[in-house]
Amino acid sequence: MKINDVILQTVTKIVVFIILTMAVYLFVSGHNSPGGGFIGGLVLASALVLLFLAFDTETIMKRIPLDFKMVAAVGAFITVATGAASLFLDIPFLSHAYSYVNLPVFGKTGLATVTIFELGVALGVVGVVVTIILSISEDV
Amino acid sequence: MNNLLVFPLIIPLLTAVALIFFHNRVMLQRWINAAGALLNVFVAGLIVREVKTEGIQTLHMGGWTPPYGIVFTADMLAALLVLTTTVLSTACLFYAFGSIGKERERHYFHPFFQFLIVGVNGSFLTGDLFNLFVCFEVMLIASYALIVLGGTKRQLRETLKYILINIVSSSFFVAAIAYIYGVAGTLNMAHLSLRIAEAGQGGILNVIAVLFLIVFALKAGLFLFFWLPGSYSAPPTAVKALFGALLTKVGIYAIVRTFSLIFYHQPELTHSLIGWMAVLTMILGGIGSIAYSDINRIINYNVVIGIGFISIGIAAATKQSLDGVVFYLMHDMIAKALLFLLGGMLIKAAGTSDLRQMGGLIKRYPLLGWMFFAVTLALVGIPPLSGFTGKLLIIQGGFAAGQYVWTGVALASSLLVLYSLMRVFMGAFFGEEQLAAAKEPVQMKGMISAAAVLLVLIVVIGIGSEWVYSFVSQAGDVLADPGIYINAVLKE
Repeated sequence: MKINDVILQTVTKIVVFIILTMAVYLFVSGHNSPGGGFIGGLVLASALVLLFLAFDTETIMKRIPLDFKMVAAVGAFITVATGAASLFLDIPFLSHAYSYVNLPVFGKTGLATVTIFELGVALGVVGVVVTIILSISEDV
Repeated sequence: MNNLLVFPLIIPLLTAVALIFFHNRVMLQRWINAAGALLNVFVAGLIVREVKTEGIQTLHMGGWTPPYGIVFTADMLAALLVLTTTVLSTACLFYAFGSIGKERERHYFHPFFQFLIVGVNGSFLTGDLFNLFVCFEVMLIASYALIVLGGTKRQLRETLKYILINIVSSSFFVAAIAYIYGVAGTLNMAHLSLRIAEAGQGGILNVIAVLFLIVFALKAGLFLFFWLPGSYSAPPTAVKALFGALLTKVGIYAIVRTFSLIFYHQPELTHSLIGWMAVLTMILGGIGSIAYSDINRIINYNVVIGIGFISIGIAAATKQSLDGVVFYLMHDMIAKALLFLLGGMLIKAAGTSDLRQMGGLIKRYPLLGWMFFAVTLALVGIPPLSGFTGKLLIIQGGFAAGQYVWTGVALASSLLVLYSLMRVFMGAFFGEEQLAAAKEPVQMKGMISAAAVLLVLIVVIGIGSEWVYSFVSQAGDVLADPGIYINAVLKE
């Protein structure tokens, strides 16, 4: 029997953007308010999981042709690399820099290298969660 | 500040990440992994040299001074153990090239190998209790993957037990950390030691000390080793060797560190508990090692005996016995890895792991036979080999501390080690040739040479024990006097 899931798919198309916006918001606001790479990554992964639920896995994987194991690996590499960057500057491992920059649209903005570290965390989380979901769903 | 200390952590970490990208190209993986492993040995050697010439090295992560940030501390004990880890894991890796099989290598064996090294090195180097927990978990999660990789029925069954027992002990670990943070308000080991010395160890702190002892004893297989003999016979040989040589020793290291640096005020409670647990470990392990005729079981129970023996040195807690602990720990890691590797080759050569179905292998595999004989002598503690000095120091220290029962059992345990391994040697290599082995000889050149490197190391440590002792003694000083460690970490 073909199930008619027009409503689910239509709602998903809208909601996914809200979730993704939420994920980005959580990710960038982590320095001064609740949020950060881990939660941002989880929320981002939940958007992907919703897509997998509403459509089928093959359709989505065709549109997002990423090997999520590699995404996790890239994330791990980024986290280690931000720590290792301080080795070249001869300061202790995992030291981070923070400074204020005048950006064109945002004005005076605090930029921290820890954001790059968090980006690695977020990619790691997305990669791991989606890999788990996909590998379990393949078995059934 | 010394960034060199973090290299034993980031070299395997970056190698592991790089290996994930090439998981389909087996030869490339082998090259990358071997290069990473050798680089790691080199760096570990540099650290040992630096600690030898310039004393304890510390690294404040992110520039935050202790007790606020995580501090990496390399005293001689940590440096020596990191060096031993990198050397023997490299030998296991080269052994794995010839034995692990392409299918496992394609399914991320190499990254997991390096992640295991990350966890072990991190545990040795960290100076922070919670970071120790994190490094334990890195090591354990990699070991879960390595033990189940391949997915045979036996592996799946044993993995379930192994993961369950480790999750329980890890949650105890978190609880113990929470308690001690509630009492002392810090997690930095040196700072904890100061706080506890000020407050006086008693009541609640004794309870926490015993809780830590239970946690680490579960990880190390000290008395609470019921999970070990089954779990360690499930994975392939190279992984077994890594486990037998590294995982339990990390638990022992944690016991040494906590009970020489933090909870050293009431030895009549904590240290005598360790002593009696060690005695029971040696007795039960000894019984196990002579009771079975399965090679895997015999070797696994020998690991248990080794753990008990080292713990006697910790319990006696004199300078001499602590020197002995460091010395014997290094010897035991290498010798146990070698024993597992040789045992794996023996099982492969005989076509069975049942001792009763083996015999007469010395004609076809003379080298393997005599290497097995040599490692038996080393583990028993026959003078020219590496086991002797460590055993002598532990036993002298034990008698000097007046612990005649513990030390007597430790001495007697050597006889059981001798009996159990000689039984394997005599049964498998001498006597009539058996049918199970009557096929054509198994090729194992690469594996033999990996094992030979470890054997050479055992001989070198044994013959050059005077020279090794100059390093070991420096490690023993720190263990005997926690003030040295505290000053090095909290000096700025």
